[in-house]
Amino acid sequence: MDILYKIFLEPFALMASAPDLLLQTLWEGLVSGVLYALIALGFVLIFKASGVFNFAQGIMVVFAALTLVGLHEKGVPAFLALILTIGVMFVLAFAVERIVLKPLVNQPDIILFMATFGLTYFLIGFGELIFGGNPKQMISRELFLPQGSTDLQLLGGLVRVQHIDIAAAVIASLMIAALAVFFSKTRIGRALRAVADSHKAALSVGISLDQIWVIVWFTAGIVALVTGIMWGARSDVSFALQIIALKALPVLILGGFTSIPGAIVGGLIIGVGEKIGEFYWGPLIGGGIETWLAYMIALLFLLYRPQGLFGEKIIERV
Amino acid sequence: MRAPDSPIITKGDVLLAVDNVSLSFGGVKALTDVSFDIRKGEIRAIIGPNGAGKTSMLNCINGFYHPTEGRITFKGETRQRMRPHVAARGGIARTFQNVALFKGMTTLDNIMAGRSLKMRRGFFWQVLRHGPALEEEISQRRVVEDIIDFLEIQAIRKVPVGKLAYGLQKRVELGRALAMQPELLLLDEPMAGMNLEEKEDMSRFILDVNQQFGTTIALIEHDMGVVMDLSDRVVVLEYGRKIADGKPDEVKRDERVIAAYLGVPH
Amino acid sequence: MFYREAGQYKTSYAADMAVFPLRQDRIGLAIIIAAAYGLAFTKNDFLLQAVMIPFLVFSLAAIGLNLLTGYAGLLSLGTGGFMGVGAYACYKLMTAFPEVNVLIWILTSGFFAAGIGVLFGLPSLRIKGFYLAVATLAAQFFLQWAFNRVPWLVNYNVSGAIEAPLRTLFGVPIMGPTATPEVRYLVVLTLVIFLTWIASNIVRGRIGREWMAIRDMDIAAELMGIKLLPTKLLAFAVSSYYCGVAGAMLVFLWYGGAEYTVFDINQSFFTLFMIIIGGLGSLIGSFFGAALIYMMPIGLGMLLPAILAPFGLSIGSETIEHLRFLIVGALIIFFLIVEPHGLARLWQIGKQKLRVWPFPY
Repeated sequence: MDILYKIFLEPFALMASAPDLLLQTLWEGLVSGVLYALIALGFVLIFKASGVFNFAQGIMVVFAALTLVGLHEKGVPAFLALILTIGVMFVLAFAVERIVLKPLVNQPDIILFMATFGLTYFLIGFGELIFGGNPKQMISRELFLPQGSTDLQLLGGLVRVQHIDIAAAVIASLMIAALAVFFSKTRIGRALRAVADSHKAALSVGISLDQIWVIVWFTAGIVALVTGIMWGARSDVSFALQIIALKALPVLILGGFTSIPGAIVGGLIIGVGEKIGEFYWGPLIGGGIETWLAYMIALLFLLYRPQGLFGEKIIERV
Repeated sequence: MRAPDSPIITKGDVLLAVDNVSLSFGGVKALTDVSFDIRKGEIRAIIGPNGAGKTSMLNCINGFYHPTEGRITFKGETRQRMRPHVAARGGIARTFQNVALFKGMTTLDNIMAGRSLKMRRGFFWQVLRHGPALEEEISQRRVVEDIIDFLEIQAIRKVPVGKLAYGLQKRVELGRALAMQPELLLLDEPMAGMNLEEKEDMSRFILDVNQQFGTTIALIEHDMGVVMDLSDRVVVLEYGRKIADGKPDEVKRDERVIAAYLGVPH
Repeated sequence: MFYREAGQYKTSYAADMAVFPLRQDRIGLAIIIAAAYGLAFTKNDFLLQAVMIPFLVFSLAAIGLNLLTGYAGLLSLGTGGFMGVGAYACYKLMTAFPEVNVLIWILTSGFFAAGIGVLFGLPSLRIKGFYLAVATLAAQFFLQWAFNRVPWLVNYNVSGAIEAPLRTLFGVPIMGPTATPEVRYLVVLTLVIFLTWIASNIVRGRIGREWMAIRDMDIAAELMGIKLLPTKLLAFAVSSYYCGVAGAMLVFLWYGGAEYTVFDINQSFFTLFMIIIGGLGSLIGSFFGAALIYMMPIGLGMLLPAILAPFGLSIGSETIEHLRFLIVGALIIFFLIVEPHGLARLWQIGKQKLRVWPFPY
């Protein structure tokens, strides 16, 4: 009885008695949700355009942020470093297309998926070799990112809001809007969608796969850079981020692999869900459940709806 | 290999009855109110223009799709939502329009996989691969070698099927279905993409299977010559509806069938 | 010249179905096994402790994952977690029943891993491919958390680590601080040979064919009467059993003690890399892959300083670890592009060439 009480009543009683605490938890969940959504967005972009499930998106975030900070440490001014990093991401996109994707055209999806594991480990090794394995500070001030926080008087308590979090939410929304327009309105966007459906068919109507893939990986690289800056500004830049970035996978399962709105909604659900779960239910079983709660939510969800929140029901044919 | 409790069906009795079957995906109707039967020992052809619902019909028969309405009765038993492996156990085997072989496995292993249902030795013996498990493996291998001889594919026994030419793959697929020793064999376009010689071979195999083993065959085929020569009775579908059913000669003269294939001036 | 099949006729199906139909292969295998046992008498602690024992343990884990991913086509990223279940189960069993022989517990611990594997394999009926990979991540992270946060698993040891107790077989210490590398190596070698033999029996028989059928074309497999869920769950069970036993051997016959971090996600990935490089769906490939992935950093660690020393350069162990990641990543991509069937296929091609040598065909 006691355990039932602790699971089903006490957390809700706590929520009701301290709504400001609940609001604070919700807000923090939303903010990490935005970051998950950003990483998931990078996945979705590449998946939509090349059918590749890019496991390396997480490490691309770390790699972009490390390059930026690393260049600045070498004495490059902040904004020049930013531009150079964008250049590096382009080179990366180009190299990935030439070395990894092109020889693997028309291979089964799972082979391409595993190739991105290789890419992940390559980038980890490469990044550590060049920048070292130690955490670094994001150059927030030099990039004129807002700092500090505001305490809001809400629901009979104080809710603390970091300025960088608001900036992250705003920038993320702008970027998502821009991408949505890019995907649906431009010629390249249409070509991207064609490639996603079938490599062969797209080739046969004269779409250049090389070009499309470089563009889309570059776009994903930019998304990774933005994510890396935002995330780095909240904590610091290190390879530990790579493990956290894997949380974008459950997000994708919730939202579906091809849906941008799905990535956003999924990201927010996972972000809020794991913060609430950790804060109110975590202590019951020893805490630290944030490391796996997101995956469990996704797993249970998969059993119920394998195609995701926004995906269409799949009709199997033989 | 009949289950002991199922009724004994002799040649000419109804083996499988399709009653008022409809199938839809969301708003799209693939089949509408289709009824026909398949008698023991016959070769039954299902024909129709592209998109007529022929493959969907086969999918319903072996439990891969579940009809939205109507019933399918096999050997006197009606099952509402039959799973494919239950159909297989009941004695329904099939081949596929686009060859669905196990590409990473050899011809031999593919056909051996078709014997899975007949193999009873459990996990314990499989782990040891001695005694009963090995005996079973060898006795099944013997059956499989007979099929390989029958289909004249001895030379490609140990070749991974992914490397075989299309016509041979179709033949291996037929072998895999035969390995199940089915009572009802569903063939989905067994001659698609074949040249004349390969078609002749395949026709001969189909007739042999029907006559030597007494296997009932339901067949989808686009080559009208083949259909008219091989089949005992033909059912014609168009836009998911049945428009004709009868002996090849009758069907050939049916106005609606001619219209469906040649088009009618409106 | 010596590698010919001429004159060796197979007169029964049993002979045709043997693992090594060629006499030369059988002789070769016998020599390799004899040599492997012979290594124990070199008394070279470095070779046994730092090279051979871990190589064999990782090979076993790779076989486990290969049964699931290479044969049954179910991609798993939870290998580290399943290995951990074996290790922690073994620890609990050994300390709860110290009088029972520890070999029995090592082999039993795999069953616990199998149980957990089946549990996390349940979603495999409805989901495939990378969806399933993500689902197995749930297993990985949850299990790792449990090893860290459930003190019962480590017998409330404040350090949070599990340590190998002293255990003997016929009076000879085989586990714990006083067990010599030779003895532990012999135990590991024997277990690995035994389990490899069983794995080869399974994959060549009905069960192996059903796994491969599901891997290659699950719809056709089901239409042929293979029940998908039990067959997939069996793959999860057998695979996790192997991983579990490998995990128990890793901690108690190699490290001597470990914390939960041993079974982190990198363990899962490196095991996966072993089978990609070694060859998906090949038992011998699992050994090749384990050898390459595990021994490469050792080789780098010895070679690089020697090469760089004349130039007055030194290289830290950290840099070697970074290089390892870099090279493994590059190798994965290289193999997927050039030889998706891995080292095992190269081995086969080599044997084929040898058979017809000195002629090209």
